[in-house]
Amino acid sequence: MKDEILTIKNVKKFFTTPQGVVRAVDGVSLSVKKGETFGLIGESGSGKSTLAYVVAGIYIPTQGSIYFNKQDIGKGYRKRSKYLKKEIRIIFQDPGSSLNPRRNIKQIIELPVKVHNTFKNNHKNQRVEELLEMVELPINYLYKYPQELGGGEKQMVAIARAIATEPSLVILDEPTSALDVSIQAKIIKILMDLQRRNNLTYLFITHDLSLMRNIASRVAIMYLGKVCEVANTSEFFKKPLHPYTQMLLSSIPVLTKEEELLKPQKIVPVGEIPSPVNVPPGCSFHFRCSKKMDICSQKDPEMVEISKTHIVRCHLYKKID
Amino acid sequence: MTNRNSFINIFSKTKRRRSFSRGWYNFSRNPLSVVGMIILLLIIFAAIFAPYITPFPEHAGAFTNFREASKPPSSTYIFGTDSIGRDIFTRVIFGYRFSLILSIVVLALSIPPGVIFGLIAGYYQGTWIEIIIMRITDVFIAVPPFVLALAVAAMLSPNLFNQMMAISFVWWTWYCRLVYTMTTSLCHEDFVTEAKLVGASKTHILFREILPNCMGPILTKMTLDMGLVIIVGSSLSFIGLGVQPPKSDLGTMIAEGARRLPSEWWAAVFPAIAIIVVILAFNLLGDGLKDVFNIEEV
Repeated sequence: MKDEILTIKNVKKFFTTPQGVVRAVDGVSLSVKKGETFGLIGESGSGKSTLAYVVAGIYIPTQGSIYFNKQDIGKGYRKRSKYLKKEIRIIFQDPGSSLNPRRNIKQIIELPVKVHNTFKNNHKNQRVEELLEMVELPINYLYKYPQELGGGEKQMVAIARAIATEPSLVILDEPTSALDVSIQAKIIKILMDLQRRNNLTYLFITHDLSLMRNIASRVAIMYLGKVCEVANTSEFFKKPLHPYTQMLLSSIPVLTKEEELLKPQKIVPVGEIPSPVNVPPGCSFHFRCSKKMDICSQKDPEMVEISKTHIVRCHLYKKID
Repeated sequence: MTNRNSFINIFSKTKRRRSFSRGWYNFSRNPLSVVGMIILLLIIFAAIFAPYITPFPEHAGAFTNFREASKPPSSTYIFGTDSIGRDIFTRVIFGYRFSLILSIVVLALSIPPGVIFGLIAGYYQGTWIEIIIMRITDVFIAVPPFVLALAVAAMLSPNLFNQMMAISFVWWTWYCRLVYTMTTSLCHEDFVTEAKLVGASKTHILFREILPNCMGPILTKMTLDMGLVIIVGSSLSFIGLGVQPPKSDLGTMIAEGARRLPSEWWAAVFPAIAIIVVILAFNLLGDGLKDVFNIEEV
């Protein structure tokens, strides 16, 4: 496809630990289109953050390749050109540790502007102020230190820093999960505004299904380092195909009966995510699956394209040739 | 625009003042550290203005007055006099000059290389750069600092400059280790990763992102080390490898006085107390600083 900004092809990332090899990301293939918000959902330990770090270049993939606008970027950030460093930015989960406590807000936001020198000296200050305005922070925050700010405000600063280089792809590694619900909404609103204004592409990593329903254009769900289902958001929530997705969707807490009716029938979640060191044979989900068949414990299913916008990895669905 | 900028500047200044006063508040809640600081200020003041405030400034050098030799403490000579009739109080105050200069110079010489090597070793964790720097540090630390300083000082001719060199030579390793440990953990912080990802230079990451986060422990250790360096320096002087007579160094004075113990106790005891007081003061101050930085980091 022409408008693919990010293509991940069979990426694997293993970590060697004393307990054995951790298969954090185990053969993931995804593509993210320009201008969309791609939601990557998974339980903790499913490898979604590892995948984000691989795309950001913090980890070098054990296998597989990643392309950004057809440029190979699967070699870690050290091998990336300055242009790529400007184009691909990441926002971390915890703004408390992603902002240096010994540097003030001006210095923090100024760094990417300085490094990429997109603005001449006399405009640098103006640019920093402009960025602060973009994330709706008052101008007198320039000389404050991160510990004087609240959690939400810190994340705003992190967002301002990320967009300071005018990137085209922003990886959001659970940007709201460390924050209060009241602030989450504000952060999401600003993120969406920025996306519209600057034509950004978001790779949004989260475990919050309801959030994805509202903002993502496409959603992928990860389980034990593998993608189970990729679909357009509306399809994903209306007719989930993978038993894991069904289980997750049915376990979203809701307030009203009407909402309850929208959900697939209640499937009680069984067990917990197994350790990625000791991945069960066959389909990694078969221990917890409500529709388990004999083949599930023997053969790992392949990705099946149900429709152009819906891909699922489960033995329940056969390839349509 | 200019109005706005000047407003921001004023704002930032008050901010800084506020964080300073908060630091002072944390510090002053520990009364002992305030006592330590007051003692230190007094000692430093006395050392700087020694020629003007001591009763017999000429006694600091080669001066003899055998009629007043070996007098016990009295109203004229509050600490007594030594075997050739010099006022011990005067010589203690002048002795502080050497001790303070020694510890300031030693720390000024040993901290920068220690910090830089520590930063580099911590940043290049897992590479041969780290292995080389840290194994060299280990070799230094394996030998007790005093013994090593002794060996180095013995090779050089005994004077204040060589004494400083010898102690600096062994002292940098402690800062190297301290900064190394901090850097290895700070390198995993998201803000360092972020700076790397955006393409900031290594100098920026080391000196602007990591070093400011190490400053609290460095300053605290520095204050505590001022006292330790004075002990090592005085010990070297005590065995004759430092400041030479007739100059009045505290270690040299104790060495001279020790020969007259116990009858002329004042000749050794007062310089010894002087050393204890200054070390205690530095340690109390260091404890107070520890509180300041700990609370700030929370």
